[in-house]
Amino acid sequence: MSHTAPNLSSKTVPTSGPITMVDAIRQAMFEEMERDPAVVAIGEDIGVYGGAFKVTDGLLAKFGRERVIETPIAETAIIGAACGMSFLGLRPVAEMQFIDFIACCFNQVTNFVAKSHYLWGAPVPMVIRGPSGGGVHGGPFHSANPEMYFVHTPGLKVIYPSTPSDAKGLLKSAIRDNNPVLFFEHKYLYRRLKEEMPPGDYTVPIGKAIVRREGRDLTIVSYAAMVHTALEAAVQLAKEGIEAEVIDLRTLLPLDKETILASVKKTNKLLVVHEDTRTGGIAGEIAALVFEGAFEDLDGPVARVTALDTPVPYSPPLEERFLPNTEKVVAAARELAKY
Amino acid sequence: MTQLATQQLTREQYLDLYYYMQLNRQLEERMVRLFRQNKIVGGLYSSLGQEAVSVGTCYALEKRDWIAPMIRNIGALLVKGVPPRDIFTQHMAKYTSPTQGKDGTSHFGDLKVRHIVSPISMLGDLIPVMTGVAMAGRYLGQNIVALTWIGDGGSSTGAFHEGLGLAASQRAPFVLIIENNQWAYSTPVSRQVPIQNLADRGAAYGIASAIVDGNDVVAVYQAAKEAVDECRAGRGPRLIEVKTMRMRGHAQHDPAEYVPKEMFEYWKARDPITLYEKYLTENKIWDAATKSEIDARIERELDVEQKFAEDSPLPPAALAEEGVYCDNGCHKIEADWKRAKSEVTPPKSSIDPTWRLKDLPAYTQAAIAGGNGAKNPAQAAATATAPASASSPAIAKSAVAPEPPAAKIPPTPAAQAAPAAEAGAEEPAVPRVPFGRGPKDKAFRQSPENPANKTYGRAPKAKSFAQNPQEKSFSKGPRNKPFGKNAQGKPFTKNPQDKQGRR
Repeated sequence: MSHTAPNLSSKTVPTSGPITMVDAIRQAMFEEMERDPAVVAIGEDIGVYGGAFKVTDGLLAKFGRERVIETPIAETAIIGAACGMSFLGLRPVAEMQFIDFIACCFNQVTNFVAKSHYLWGAPVPMVIRGPSGGGVHGGPFHSANPEMYFVHTPGLKVIYPSTPSDAKGLLKSAIRDNNPVLFFEHKYLYRRLKEEMPPGDYTVPIGKAIVRREGRDLTIVSYAAMVHTALEAAVQLAKEGIEAEVIDLRTLLPLDKETILASVKKTNKLLVVHEDTRTGGIAGEIAALVFEGAFEDLDGPVARVTALDTPVPYSPPLEERFLPNTEKVVAAARELAKY
Repeated sequence: MTQLATQQLTREQYLDLYYYMQLNRQLEERMVRLFRQNKIVGGLYSSLGQEAVSVGTCYALEKRDWIAPMIRNIGALLVKGVPPRDIFTQHMAKYTSPTQGKDGTSHFGDLKVRHIVSPISMLGDLIPVMTGVAMAGRYLGQNIVALTWIGDGGSSTGAFHEGLGLAASQRAPFVLIIENNQWAYSTPVSRQVPIQNLADRGAAYGIASAIVDGNDVVAVYQAAKEAVDECRAGRGPRLIEVKTMRMRGHAQHDPAEYVPKEMFEYWKARDPITLYEKYLTENKIWDAATKSEIDARIERELDVEQKFAEDSPLPPAALAEEGVYCDNGCHKIEADWKRAKSEVTPPKSSIDPTWRLKDLPAYTQAAIAGGNGAKNPAQAAATATAPASASSPAIAKSAVAPEPPAAKIPPTPAAQAAPAAEAGAEEPAVPRVPFGRGPKDKAFRQSPENPANKTYGRAPKAKSFAQNPQEKSFSKGPRNKPFGKNAQGKPFTKNPQDKQGRR
């Protein structure tokens, strides 16, 4: 039987030079699947087509249909099957075509996957990854940041990287972790920045934040795409003589309390910036942590710049209003610096 | 009772079936007494009258196979080798229970030895999970079968359908038992689904299914054994509907007054253990002495197990904080490979990543003429009724799907390990529209076979939106007025106060 389609997906990963976040994540997938045959990929359109964002491009050609499992549009079945596979010692990486669709399998994730180890001692070494976040006019169902539903679920780990090298190193750690890990990939960052990968088989530890910029006047805590917004704001603030320290959380659960508290004890002021909506966002949790652990060190109120408490609107002016941006961060930091 | 045809059981096995059913019943009777003494911490769910389902299905499995029980499948746990003390201690929330008191009832599992996945209370979720277990077992070359149960009520959940769809598309070695006990809490089956046989749901996914008298343990065993054997030979998944009856309420608190008395009486006369005792006697498999011997053994064992549970302590409160994460090396995660890893590692695993015509059966005349198995004559057989008497056939085959070519593969682990997508290797027998020429072919273009010529009840083409764009401008309001203005053409303003001064 002759082929009906051109060879859609047999690309390999670039091996040298700076690469995008998409390629960094692909590289992690390739390397982990080569390293360990227990690692399999499962999801919708991840094979011949290579995934909606081409994150799994080339995997099928190299690893075959047994390890790159294309499923019907059935998120509960994807997560359930991945969970079942992990019970036999496999390490499945399940893709949500858009992370918004994880709502379809919320029960499977929060009640089955997250609770198995606590209740009956069954570890679930699986990863759920998918494109998240706004800024690309994807509309209300393709732009969400649903991370806090899962940060509120004991038993899960939640990762949300901001750079290509972190994405690669953290995905590798997630695959090797013995717990269910949610791996959020901000689609705004997929192809907007390039970075040289550190050499060799390197990983980035889960649960460790990183100081992206040192400063003495105030601390800006953020994650994912908003790290870059915070860094831009810090450059502007520096021109006004305000030196902001910028912390990239990288992992939301477990949260790196030590790094946050150490920075606040140094700068005495805290601003949290996130793209998630305001009420119930991680800024509230971080504020509480700082009140518990560094109340005496604070010189001002804990401030936050977040998205509005609305669904993500579609039209560009509406979405721009919805999202935090550099101006909003600078304005909030300026106010905070006055204390 | 079913007369055995092909699968002849040994005397020991016949007596095993009785032992497990009776153990199941006596264990639960004891738990009812414990419940009344306030020694059971939470709810107590009875499987009275359904013992033959749990025992008969699980008895068809091998040690290496996997199960995921539902709340009323305590009998299956016993067959899998779970000691009764685990069930007592679970219900009594004791520190010695498999979950150390973190969960109750039959909510516990055993990954390493007995291969049991713990259920959760949300129905249907076990179906995709056990599909994944089956897929992983095949991938690792273990030649296992995964089996789980779902009630008539749970067969309405999305997870049920998503799971069955995935199992079917993967041809997973997975057996699903629909345990139709006539009641989902207080709602009868007829108020849940307007079909007589839940087994028919298999046909929608191309899954072969059967209907069995759930109070006939030998019939249940036979049907399950056949399904398990088929799955192990690479011809899964399989679906079995067992018709039975929940003889108590949803749980102990529920007196089940909504169940008509006649229904209880009808099914009480068909009690699975009484029927099986009669069968064993009539077929001279046992005598009265053997029965009292087994019954006494059960009492002895349960005395010891119950005492152990009652004497066990409750867990220390600090345990509540432990075990959320699998960190610090509490578990070693290692797959049990029964095939060479090189088979799934490049370069051996590398393939040409394209869809081929054989993957696309919709591009055939059979599909155009309304194929997709709809004409399968076997579907007409899916009219078997509920078991009305002991003389009716206990097993009714229904809706056997068109056999995939994979059926010709001999039942070896290697064949099972063949990737599902590769299994549909042969071309269908029906002639196919030549690719690349079909739609351009004039005769085909004009023929009613051409899908483009089918109207599917749509409105004539002249009335489609595309033909009348001026009537469907999406930027204008109903009367060609732009949105954002009121009828006078002025922008909307605040609602003026009416004469009563209300806003």
